[in-house]
Amino acid sequence: MTKDNMIQVQNLTKMFGDFTAVNNISFEVGKGEVFGFLGANGAGKTTAMKMLIGISKPTHGAATVAGYNVLTEAEQVKRNIGYMSQRFSLYNDLTIKENIVFFGGIYGLSSADIKEKSQAMINELGLHDMADSLVGSLPLGWKQKVAFSVALLHNPKIVFLDEPTGGVDPITRRQFWEMIYMEANRGVTIFVTTHYMDEAEYCDRVSIMVAGKIEALDTPKNLKGQFQVDSMNQVFLKLARNIE
Amino acid sequence: MNIIRYIIQKEFKQIFRNKAMLPIIFVLPLIQLIILSNAATFEVKNIKFAFVDNDKTSLSRELVEKFEASSYFNVMTDFPSEKLASKAMLEGKVDVILEIPSYFERQLLKNKKADLSVIINAIDGAAAGVENVYINQIVQQFTKKAQVELFLFNNLGNQPQNIETIPSFWYNETLNYKTFMVPGILVLLVTMITLFLSGMNIVREKEIGTLEQINVTPIKKYQFIIGKLFPFLVLGMVLLTVGLIISKLLFQIPIVGSLTLMYIYTIIYILVILGMGLFISNFTDTQQQAMFIAWFFMVIFILMSGLFTPIESMPQWAQLLTEFNPIKYYVEVMRMVMLKGAGLSDIYPQVLKTFLFAIAMNALAVISYKKTS
Repeated sequence: MTKDNMIQVQNLTKMFGDFTAVNNISFEVGKGEVFGFLGANGAGKTTAMKMLIGISKPTHGAATVAGYNVLTEAEQVKRNIGYMSQRFSLYNDLTIKENIVFFGGIYGLSSADIKEKSQAMINELGLHDMADSLVGSLPLGWKQKVAFSVALLHNPKIVFLDEPTGGVDPITRRQFWEMIYMEANRGVTIFVTTHYMDEAEYCDRVSIMVAGKIEALDTPKNLKGQFQVDSMNQVFLKLARNIE
Repeated sequence: MNIIRYIIQKEFKQIFRNKAMLPIIFVLPLIQLIILSNAATFEVKNIKFAFVDNDKTSLSRELVEKFEASSYFNVMTDFPSEKLASKAMLEGKVDVILEIPSYFERQLLKNKKADLSVIINAIDGAAAGVENVYINQIVQQFTKKAQVELFLFNNLGNQPQNIETIPSFWYNETLNYKTFMVPGILVLLVTMITLFLSGMNIVREKEIGTLEQINVTPIKKYQFIIGKLFPFLVLGMVLLTVGLIISKLLFQIPIVGSLTLMYIYTIIYILVILGMGLFISNFTDTQQQAMFIAWFFMVIFILMSGLFTPIESMPQWAQLLTEFNPIKYYVEVMRMVMLKGAGLSDIYPQVLKTFLFAIAMNALAVISYKKTS
């Protein structure tokens, strides 16, 4: 394991009864990398991610995230990561500001710190008019941007994004990826699952999961070369078909 | 400590922002208190009283008049035959039939003894028992009077001594049913609201997905649980206060005992209920399931609490079960402290048991709450 690896996964397996949701996967993610975690619905992406963020216990195998073992040091892992779930996970019945205060608060930030950060965030997102409106009243794209920023409040070393752009229009998706790049440039490691193959092109490296296994892992460019196609979409289709 | 404060703050904001829940939390229980306290009564009144007078003498008419004078009986018209009266009872138009035999007056004068036949609809056994007592009282009064009027001259020598018992009713001198029921119903309201709200609250976060987000933060289990449950403890206390005020102002229920004692006991009690709510929410995935399970326990606890039926008249095994019913202790404590002015030494067993329940229930709840699956 090199010093720069933020995520180190070895033979990670999760079984639900007889069903193997995640089958013996291994990979590592370096610091500041944008790592795309692709796969069809039900391929085991979310299950794998839940093990990495410490809310699901692996059946076999080991993983360290930000230098901490997910099995034995889950609370340390949680302190160092941000997470944005597939289901929208801010409180709809609180305002943007209140959500920031709440999540900042439970990460143990001081109230001065929270104040400063929420101001910075509202400036950055240009949300002055909406800071006191309920999150439930925002369009989905805005919600996702706010959720991403909230996931970054406590300066995590790694951010896990589970299909962050599902159902979002192309322009907002574009803006969202700009935010991702900005954070990556600041040295934050990004671990992102997605369905959109055009988004896969934005990643430094991608892994493609099929039926619980990682079937391909490389830079988008190399993968396209390997499968002799010219888009990630085709790589994905070719791979999924070959397996079936 | 700070982290807990943030959670409490957020919970209160959500509670007061939910325009649909607020009236459910505050207005409905009070309406229930007012309606139930007036309606849930075991007093048997307006008994539909039919009679068949085969004697038709002044004495038999006097007996019927006695019933007419009573506020408990609604005397209906004379039925010409017992058969017709029975038919009316079958149709539910009549609760009690008094049949006065022919030669009633003559027999009473001659033999100093006469039989009356009384038929009581006993589908509701408890009510039938009460009705029987009322009828006996009236008949006894009647015979006493008849004795004086009719036999005075003949029996001067050996007039039977009348022994009368003069009951004095303690703690509820006027036998006001509401005095007995209101403290109990108050218990129900505090219990229902705190159990349902706490049970559904965490499940709701599961449903909308925010619980997963919370579980990814480094928050400690105890911080989350205290922060979640504290607002409902406060709500329960507010509800108790409003309920007590209504009891005092609207029903003139005496509050003899110490309010402090009542409040301290209520805090311990609500902790039991909140632990239970949390425990339920740990094992359910939807608010519907949580509601159903909470309701299941609620019904058993209420029916076995001694609120509506005395525990002493339950079978042995059921009495044993009630030992594990927190509502039973709360009802006992409220009645004892409110009406009798019981002090800590009087309710010590209840306090101790409730306290143990609180520890056990919350320990179970904390253990079963898992941040990791």
